[in-house]
Amino acid sequence: MVHAEYDIQKGAYNSAGEASADIKRKLQQLGISPVTLRRVAVSSYEMEMNIIIHSLGGTMGLCVDKDWITLSSKDQGPGIEDVELAMSEGYSTADDDARSMGFGAGMGLPNMKRNADDFRITSQLGEGTQITITFKVM
Amino acid sequence: MTVQELMALAQARELTPGLALDGGVTCGYVCDLLSWVMARGQAGMAWVTVQTHMNVVAVASLHEMACVILPDGILMDEAPLEKAREEGIVVLSSQLSAYELCGLMYAGGLAAPAR
Repeated sequence: MVHAEYDIQKGAYNSAGEASADIKRKLQQLGISPVTLRRVAVSSYEMEMNIIIHSLGGTMGLCVDKDWITLSSKDQGPGIEDVELAMSEGYSTADDDARSMGFGAGMGLPNMKRNADDFRITSQLGEGTQITITFKVM
Repeated sequence: MTVQELMALAQARELTPGLALDGGVTCGYVCDLLSWVMARGQAGMAWVTVQTHMNVVAVASLHEMACVILPDGILMDEAPLEKAREEGIVVLSSQLSAYELCGLMYAGGLAAPAR
């Protein structure tokens, strides 16, 4: 059983990817297969970037047991107005700074959903967004 | 094809000297949208991009890519280069355009990533 939690700051582009890199290292040490590792790495990076680009800051968690890998995120707002719209590929509310760095393609949430075995998102405008994604250990 | 051979093909110079260049390159890709690359990246990929910030290194490293190639003589700042050295990601810079680089890479036998 492995647990880890990471604080992710709003706009922290320079340290972006560090939590995902640590998650990948931990899973490599556990001997997780490269195929699963890739799926988790893509999802964790998107999860991390979403907090950095869109939220006021939040946390990201990793939990691994014998059969499942779970990634979760919880941010401090501002929440998503229309979750269904946010889930559609190509839709993004990223600002110009994020777009100039190559973010804001509207692929983040769809990438997470595509790679996970189970994807859950809840969001409350003015409060925040929580995402939980799970991967079966292959 | 090794990174060394790709460097010659791309008429490129290395911005991360000291890293091994004998690693195998498995496929090529060109894109400047990071989420797009995150969705399609693969181990051993040679990625052509005009983006030069820290997150380029993060994406390349998470996918265990072979190298990043900057076209049009573009250079990278020292901070991301330092990160690239730490992560073992070779960064190359070529005077050729992204279009020319991809043409050479494809003709040289580097396929697109498997779908």
